[in-house]
Amino acid sequence: MLRDITLGQYYQTDSVLHRMDCRVKLVGTLAFIIALFVVDNVWGYLLAAAFLGVCIRLSKVPFKFIVKGMKTIVFLMLFAVVFNLFLTPGTPVITVWKLSITQEGIRMALKMAIRLTMLIIGSSLMTLTTTPNHLTDGLESLLSPLKKLRVPVHEVAMMMSIALRFIPILLEETDKIMKAQIARGADFESGNLIQKAKAMVPLLVPLFIAAFRRANDLAMAMEARCYRGGEGRTKMKPLIYKKNDYIAYGVLAAYLVVSIVVGRILPI
Amino acid sequence: MSLKLEHVSYIYGSDTELPVHALQDICLEIPDGQFIGLIGHTGSGKSTLVQHLNGLIEPTEGLITYDGRNIWEKDFPKKELRSNVGLVFQYPEHQLFEVDVFSDVCFGPKNLGLPKEEVEARAKRALELVGFPEEYYKQSPFELSGGQKRRVAIAGVLAMQPKILVLDEPTAGLDPRGRDEILGQIAHLKKETGISVVLVSHSMEDVANYVERIIVMNKGHVLFDDVPREVFGHVKELEEVGLAAPQVTYILHKLKDNGFDVDVNATTIREARDTILKAMKEEGRC
Amino acid sequence: MQQDETGGYGVRTGNGAAMNIIETSHLSYDYIRRDEEGNVEGTTRAVSDVSLSVKPGDFIAILGHNGSGKSTLAKHINALLLPTEGTIVVDGKDTGREENIWDVRQSAGMVFQNPDNQIIGQVVEEDVGFGPENMGVPTKEIWERVEESLKAVGMYAYRKHSPNKLSGGQKQRVSIAGVLAMHPKCIVLDEPTAMLDPNGRKDVIRAARALNDVEGVTVILITHYMEEVIYADHVFVMDEGKVVLQGTPKEVFSQVERLKELRLDVPQVTLLAYELRRSGLPLPDGILTADELTEELKKCR
Repeated sequence: MLRDITLGQYYQTDSVLHRMDCRVKLVGTLAFIIALFVVDNVWGYLLAAAFLGVCIRLSKVPFKFIVKGMKTIVFLMLFAVVFNLFLTPGTPVITVWKLSITQEGIRMALKMAIRLTMLIIGSSLMTLTTTPNHLTDGLESLLSPLKKLRVPVHEVAMMMSIALRFIPILLEETDKIMKAQIARGADFESGNLIQKAKAMVPLLVPLFIAAFRRANDLAMAMEARCYRGGEGRTKMKPLIYKKNDYIAYGVLAAYLVVSIVVGRILPI
Repeated sequence: MSLKLEHVSYIYGSDTELPVHALQDICLEIPDGQFIGLIGHTGSGKSTLVQHLNGLIEPTEGLITYDGRNIWEKDFPKKELRSNVGLVFQYPEHQLFEVDVFSDVCFGPKNLGLPKEEVEARAKRALELVGFPEEYYKQSPFELSGGQKRRVAIAGVLAMQPKILVLDEPTAGLDPRGRDEILGQIAHLKKETGISVVLVSHSMEDVANYVERIIVMNKGHVLFDDVPREVFGHVKELEEVGLAAPQVTYILHKLKDNGFDVDVNATTIREARDTILKAMKEEGRC
Repeated sequence: MQQDETGGYGVRTGNGAAMNIIETSHLSYDYIRRDEEGNVEGTTRAVSDVSLSVKPGDFIAILGHNGSGKSTLAKHINALLLPTEGTIVVDGKDTGREENIWDVRQSAGMVFQNPDNQIIGQVVEEDVGFGPENMGVPTKEIWERVEESLKAVGMYAYRKHSPNKLSGGQKQRVSIAGVLAMHPKCIVLDEPTAMLDPNGRKDVIRAARALNDVEGVTVILITHYMEEVIYADHVFVMDEGKVVLQGTPKEVFSQVERLKELRLDVPQVTLLAYELRRSGLPLPDGILTADELTEELKKCR
């Protein structure tokens, strides 16, 4: 059962966004986030919201899935909002004790809330429409120019995809070890923080050892299959741009330009 | 002492599209001092069943009682149940973590809050029962061979002094020598302590030589629950659910089909040999 | 030419008896034991003076209990380990020469015991393509090889599945496909069924036999399960690093006492025949199947 946990919550369906080359999606998310933090007026945010709305439609992912990703970040968002609300200097509107809420504070808090919400929805869209494996492929491709600077791009990408492959397996192993220790009377629930930390030793030690053993086995298997790093490797599923991808790049560039013009250069 | 399951069912994933009925209407009783074999292939529910016996999993329906008390009623001491029903998982050596063998075996009794002398006495007794040599007590568990590691892991559960010992595929991954040693050791400790032992396996041959009762599971149901001879007699049904009777059973059936008057219910090599010799003598041959 | 029980004939045809696909000569391997500071404490001789040869297209089994050296020997075949003494030549290439290593690994593929710890791809077809990718095979050809390999092991229908949802036997078959896609001359299976249930074991051995019968790949099966060995052309039994017995399955299993001394299993039917012989019935040596036993007992009448 644990093996069914999908990371980044990939939502399986067929849509324009799903079929798009993941590099476009990566670059697009980045462009969207940059635009989001550069624009400074109402029109800019409205344009961003419209863009996001179109993307959500194109992805064919039900809205409730997208909102699910928000739940985990709500706390962080609340923190950022409250922070800005109370700690921005300016003309006070209400004063509570020593802390005052300023006009500027309200403006900042609102901006933060909007930006964070759209940032999270935008990034979720990317992980909902792209499998983790594609993401690592895309990253590897985009960052490959860095190879000239001796950055081990291929190795890092390989590590990431192996990690992704083994996370469900290690989760299952953790479950097994926990059950075995509970069967010997171990208690992972009660006690203060220190007691709970100590109680983790019978869980972590076997888990580490298991992980190292797997790593050793896997390394041998990879060598046996002639793996010797990224040199000379071909790809079974190479990333090749299609016409739609070029169009998407064009749309993104246009959006970025318009966003900055409308949202920054034009007066409110 | 008895552990009873009454109409126990277990369903998981009931909020998804495909709920899985891992156990369906199981009725079983495990009395004192019985040697039981639990057979079923992967997916039959045997591992799920086993985790119900020591309260690791709560049944969706049905009642589980230990000595007449419902183990899922409020305030039932689960730790106590787990010290009475010892569960050894598959590849138990994966649970070893301490600096040395002796400390690892002490982990269980320590968790029961027993005084130091009692903890150490139990650990020592447990290691003796599994035949682990004293000179290696201070050795790191990670430097032992596979078979030795497994003994230490089993000792770790025995140190809880359970009344029922459940072993999930104790011979998994071992070579024939290791397998014979572990099974022999389990039979020995059963004799020494008189506790009930439940051996979960998919090898009929392993189980036939030791147990007095066999429970066969298939798709969450109990298919057969009887003495070995009776169970192995149902060759066809066993095959249909993907299990196999011991090889000797097939050999004897084949001989019978070819006109030899053998007793097809023999389950071990020795029994098979004797019945064949008898049949040949009766024919006046050899 | 007599047809033996495997349905084959005792004659090897093909590219002549010229070159053995594997040839070891006085091969020995020492493990170095180190203490906690990394200083050398001593050496353990895991493989000792082994000289054997394997003909192309054969199905070889290497038997032995844990610690007999069989896995250590197996890892020399694809140059994961290099001999301490002696040599091993695989498909004409000496593994002792560094420039040969990658060729050797392409000629001799290996499947390991733990089904999870050798699967790299998150999708079955991607894992099978891993080997050819490493070898620099062009994309189009990778897809062809992946398709034919998966079909050869009967896993083509699962090509888009995640490996996590497969059973142990299915995972091992995927690994075999992954090795097959590299077009090796021989495949070493290092206890591939040790962690599987009986059904999984059957599936994997069936796939291995198909490889040997249909594709003509030399198969070297390392195991301690006797039932898997009766189909082999030749069996080697190892103990304490040495080859102590060898021959056809019949020849090897005839030596019940010796095998018992080595704490190895013998197929139940062979053991039964042996017991009957000891009790006076005139049965021949090396009975491996129930059919054989029936026939021989009938002759007794």
